[in-house]
Amino acid sequence: MYSKEHKEYLKKIKINKFLIRLSQLLIVFLIIFIWQFAADKNLINTFISSSPKAIINTIINLYKDETLFHHIWITFYEVIISFLIATIGGIIIASILWRYKFISKVIDPYLTMLNSLPKVSLGPIIIIIAGASTKSIIIMALFISIIITIINVTQAFETTDKNKIRLLQSFKAKPYQIFFKLILPSNYNNLINVCKVNIGLVFIGVIMGEFLVSKAGIGYLIMYGSQVFNLNLVMTGVILLAIMASLMYYLIIFIEKKFQK
Amino acid sequence: MNILKVQNLRKAYHTKTNEILAVKDFSFNLKQGEFVAIVGPSGCGKSTILSILCGLDKASSGKIEIDKNLKFGYMLQGDNLFEWRTIYKNCLIGLELENKLTKENINYVNKLLDTYGLKEFKKSYPSNLSGGMRQRVSLIRTLATKPDILFLDEPFSALDYQTRLAVSDDVYQIIKKEKKSAIMITHDISEAISMADKVIVLSKRPSTIKNIYEIKLTNKSTPIQNRKAKEFAYYYDKIWKDIDYHV
Repeated sequence: MYSKEHKEYLKKIKINKFLIRLSQLLIVFLIIFIWQFAADKNLINTFISSSPKAIINTIINLYKDETLFHHIWITFYEVIISFLIATIGGIIIASILWRYKFISKVIDPYLTMLNSLPKVSLGPIIIIIAGASTKSIIIMALFISIIITIINVTQAFETTDKNKIRLLQSFKAKPYQIFFKLILPSNYNNLINVCKVNIGLVFIGVIMGEFLVSKAGIGYLIMYGSQVFNLNLVMTGVILLAIMASLMYYLIIFIEKKFQK
Repeated sequence: MNILKVQNLRKAYHTKTNEILAVKDFSFNLKQGEFVAIVGPSGCGKSTILSILCGLDKASSGKIEIDKNLKFGYMLQGDNLFEWRTIYKNCLIGLELENKLTKENINYVNKLLDTYGLKEFKKSYPSNLSGGMRQRVSLIRTLATKPDILFLDEPFSALDYQTRLAVSDDVYQIIKKEKKSAIMITHDISEAISMADKVIVLSKRPSTIKNIYEIKLTNKSTPIQNRKAKEFAYYYDKIWKDIDYHV
């Protein structure tokens, strides 16, 4: 059993945590309230800034049209596919670069160049090559996230403790053994961080792709809304995106906790 | 009986602008069951010699004669335990890599862990162990593959002084009990005298052998006890002069 002092300490932590959550919720409600209040009193131009009620109505209408989940699904699907390819592909390429330093040195300047190149500029080329389809959107998202994944993961692999590598070598370990027994597990946290960054990057890529070519998806909703001056639709798209992106982020944190010992 | 013969070992390192001769001329023999310490000023190429002996590095020239059936165990600075593996799993890493996870070998590891006071910690992670215990785990990990010769590369230098004394006592007794031959590198003269049967003193780079001392102490026992032997100061003085430290 805990002492009285310790119990009080635990209680204090709990209260503190509760207060933080409460304040976080309050901020959301406050923003929604002020926004709606300003809209009702005509303090802001609802044609441009929309209003919470209008956004909810838009969502309900989309739901009634049976297109809400279709758009969400399309974007979600594109994000997941690009995320998986970018993360897994990036890690595989980084492993090859770790194993073959020669290749790594040869392609280093190209990686640096591709990394600093604004990937949107590749948009038109991708569309011409891959066609105006989901494929282009996924390729776009891939380009944005895979280069930085390769660079970050390779760097993480390179900083693995040299003494531990020597230790395994003293047991006559082969490179693949060093990779699976040491490099991969010791970089677990780095890989999770790469995943967290990638979710954000892939979203950027997918929405950018949807702006350029798409017939459905949240990016399409935003683009379509702005073209017909339906700002309610644009705002709805942004809000949906914010919710989706944070849900994905928490999904990764959930997976991270699940796999930690 | 000599189990390891080294003759005229030479090692040069090449950089873009320079060629550095690390080891000029190094010869010595290791007898079965002998504990040899190599001391020398820092940066004199002690670690280089050890890396070459255990096959992690190649000599530029020279001859190393060794029985093909003999196995090496390498223990390097710090314990290098894998934080994501339990103590038990850490000890098995060598066997895993060599594909020798036989029942007999696993039993041997279990026996070592039990004998050397780590029975209750098998399922713990390294972060829950003290520095001394971690060092012991690191030694058991090396012993697990049943090496005949142990190479110790400043194994205790990451520990604080008190722990260091206790751990070197510990490690020494385990090595003697398991009847292993050992070569240890250290820059600590008293550690060398207290543990080794033979101390090899190296010169500054490019290193050659300056002197070899057979350590003969009255009432030779554990390293901590050995420090109290009356010959201790004599050897210390001799080696100190050989190394010729300048500040």
